[in-house]
Amino acid sequence: MAQAVSAQRVAAESNFSEAARQALYAGLISFGLFVLFIGLRTDQNIRNELILVQRWGTLAIVVLLTMAGRFLFVAFAQPAIAARAAARAKATAVAAEPGALRKNGTKLAILALFLYPIFILWAVGLQGSLKWVDNFGIQILIYVMLAWGLNIVVGLAGLLDLGYVAFYAVGAYSYALLGTELGWSFWILLPAAGIMAAFWGVILGFPVLRLRGDYLAIVTLAFGEIIRLVLINWREVTNGSAGISGIPKVDFFGLFDFNVSSDIYFGKVFGLAASGAYYKIFLYYLIVLLCLLTAFVTIRLRRMPVGRAWEALREDEIACRSLGINTTTTKLTAFAIGAMFGGFAGSFFAARQGFVSPESFVFLESAIILAIVVLGGMGSLMGIAIAALVMIGGTEILREMTFLKQVFGQDFTPELYRMLLFGLAMIIVMVWKPRGFVGSREPTAFLHQRKAISAAFTKEGHG
Amino acid sequence: MAAQPLLDVRGIETYYGNIRALNSVDVTVDQGEIVALIGANGAGKSTLMMTIFGSPRARTGTITFAGTDITNLPTHEIARLRIAQSPEGRRIFPRMTVMENLQMGASLDNLKYYDEDVEKVFHLFPRLKERIAQRGGTLSGGEQQMLSIGRALMARPKLLLLDEPSLGLAPLIVKQIFDAIRELNRTQGLTVFLVEQNAFGALKLANRGYVMVNGRVTMSGTGKELLADPEVRAAYLEGGRH
Ligand SMILES: Nc1ncnc2c1ncn2[C@@H]1O[C@H](COP(=O)(O)OP(=O)(O)OP(=O)(O)O)[C@@H](O)[C@H]1O
Ligand SMILES: [Mg+2]
Repeated sequence: MAQAVSAQRVAAESNFSEAARQALYAGLISFGLFVLFIGLRTDQNIRNELILVQRWGTLAIVVLLTMAGRFLFVAFAQPAIAARAAARAKATAVAAEPGALRKNGTKLAILALFLYPIFILWAVGLQGSLKWVDNFGIQILIYVMLAWGLNIVVGLAGLLDLGYVAFYAVGAYSYALLGTELGWSFWILLPAAGIMAAFWGVILGFPVLRLRGDYLAIVTLAFGEIIRLVLINWREVTNGSAGISGIPKVDFFGLFDFNVSSDIYFGKVFGLAASGAYYKIFLYYLIVLLCLLTAFVTIRLRRMPVGRAWEALREDEIACRSLGINTTTTKLTAFAIGAMFGGFAGSFFAARQGFVSPESFVFLESAIILAIVVLGGMGSLMGIAIAALVMIGGTEILREMTFLKQVFGQDFTPELYRMLLFGLAMIIVMVWKPRGFVGSREPTAFLHQRKAISAAFTKEGHG
Repeated sequence: MAAQPLLDVRGIETYYGNIRALNSVDVTVDQGEIVALIGANGAGKSTLMMTIFGSPRARTGTITFAGTDITNLPTHEIARLRIAQSPEGRRIFPRMTVMENLQMGASLDNLKYYDEDVEKVFHLFPRLKERIAQRGGTLSGGEQQMLSIGRALMARPKLLLLDEPSLGLAPLIVKQIFDAIRELNRTQGLTVFLVEQNAFGALKLANRGYVMVNGRVTMSGTGKELLADPEVRAAYLEGGRH
C-alpha cells in the first residue's frame, strides 16, 4: 500500500519534470514561430512611413500561454487519458454495471440544478445574481430543452430537421399574441402553445413523409424560413419586424406574481424589497421543471412502442415497414412531439423576454440547436446537456473575458468570436469523440423484460 | 384440409416505372408447406416478395392471404396479419442490440408471449443468445441472417417469407440455417416461402418449387421433380453449388 503511494508520487514527479521540459521546448518553438509574426508589426505612421511596431508583451503572453498549455497537457491531461484507457481496458471485463458516479450522476446533476440559484444568491447577493441566473442558468437551460426536443426528431427518429426554430417561433408567438390580446395566463397558454407547435409539426410532417436525409433537411430549412418570413410580413397580426412587446409575465398560479405594481407582487406578499431577481429565479426553476418534463417524457417514450419505432426508423425504414410498423404515424408523432417541446420552450422564451421579434428565430438558431444535438451524441440526453453547457455557457463566458481587451486592444469584443469558438469546439469534439460526448446508446431491451425494465428505471438518464 | 391455399398470388403484374418486373405471376403456398422460388439474378424474385408485402404494389392481379384480399392493404397492415419477412440483405437494425432487434420483431399486441418466443429463437439459434447484448451491425454475416430470421419469427408468423437466407454464407452456416427452417416447419408447422440462389439446397428443402425467368413463372413442381428436370439442372445446378 505505502509502496504503491510512493510509486505514484514518483510517477507524478517524473510527470512534472517531463512536462516542464516539454513546455520549455514548446515555448522555444512558439517563440521562434511568432517572433516575427506577433513580436513585430509593420505599420504606417502619420507621415505614411512604414515603421516597425514592437509588441514584446503580446509575444510573451502567447509564448507563456503555449508553455502553460503544453505543461498542463503533459502533466495532467496525458496521464488522465492514459489512466482512462487503462480503466477502460479493465472495465470491459466487468462492463455490465455502471459505476456509482454514473448511476447517481443524473440525480447529482438534478440536485445541483436546484441548488444553483441558492448558491448564487449566497455568493453574489440578490442583485449580482441576475446575470448568473438569467444569462447562464436560464439561457443554457432553454437550449437544453430545445436540443432535447430536437433530439426526438433528429437523434431518435433520425429525421434531419434544419428548421426546428420554426416551432420555437410558433410557441413564442402563440404565447405573445394570445397573452397580449386575450390576457390569458401562462399556465393555459403553455399547453396551447405546445399544441399549436405540434400541429405545425404535423403540417410540416405530411409533405416530407417520403423524404429522407439531405432532401428532408432542405425542405425543413425552407419551412423554418417560411415561418420567419410570415412573421415579418404579416404585419397586421405579428407587427412585422418590430415584434410584439408587453408580453405578460408568468404568475404563480394566481397566488402571487411579479408585477411590482400588482397587489400580489411577490415582494409584497413576502414582505421583501422589490427586485427583478425574484422573477428570474422563478423562471429558472420553471425552465428546470420544463427540462425535466422533456427528459422524463423522452426516457419514457424510448421504452414504449412508439419510441422504439422511432429508433428503428432511424436505422432502417424498409425493415420497419416489413415488421408492421406504420412509418407514417411514426414520423408524424416524432415531428409533433419534437415540435411540442419546441413550442413549450418558445412560450417560455416569450414570457422571459417580454418581447418577441422574428430576429430571434433565424436559421442560425436552428443550426446551433442541431450542433448541440450532434455534439452531445445524437440521442443521449446527458451528452446533449453537457454540449449545451459547454457551447452556450462557453459563449456566454466569452462576454465576461474583459481581460482579453488588455491583450488584444480596447476595440476587441470577445462576443464577436462566439461563432469561432463554436466552430472550434465542434472540430475538437468531433476529432476527439466522433460520436459526440456520449456516443453510445443505452439499450432498452433485455432478456427478462420485466426485471430489466424495473432495473432500467432505477438507472434512468442517458436517454 | 386446405381447400384454399394460405397464400394465393394470381396474375400479378408489378412495374418499376414503365418496366414490367413481374408478368402475370401465379404462385400458391399451402398451409404447412415449404415452397422455394428459384431464378437468375434480376428475374424478379425479390420483387415478388416485396409485392406480397405491398411495396411496390401490384398493378393488376390479386393477392389473397388466409382468405383476405391483401393486394391493396398498407404494408404495416399486411404484416399485422402475421406475414413476416426476412428481407433481401437481412436489414437488421445495426445500432440496436440483438435483444432489441428481436423485440422490434415482436408484434406489439401480444407481448405476453414475448419471453417464450425469445427462448424459442435462442433455442433455434444458440449463437444469438451468446451475443445477446452485441450491436446488430457488429455481428457476422451468418449471425445477422440468424437474427433477421429470428426477428421475423418473433411476430409469430403464419407465413414466413425468406429472401435468400443463404446469401454470402459458408456452407456450414447455410446448412444450419436450412436445418433450422426445416425444424420450424416440422415441429411448429410453420409455412415458409423462400427465394434462393442456392437452387440445390432450396429444392431439397422444399416441398414444391417455382422457377422464375424474366418476371414470369416458367416452371413449377415438387422439389424432387425440379431437381430432376434437365432444364433446371442445366440452368441452375450444373456448375453451381452442390
Ligand atoms: N426499385 C427498383 N427500381 C427499378 N427497377 C428495379 C427496382 N428493383 C428491382 N428492379 C429491377 O427489377 C428486376 C427484378 O429485380 P429483383 O430484385 O426482383 O430480382 P431478383 O430476382 O431478386 O434478383 P437477385 O437474385 O439478384 O436478387 C431487375 O431487372 C431489377 O433491375
Ligand atoms: Mg433478390
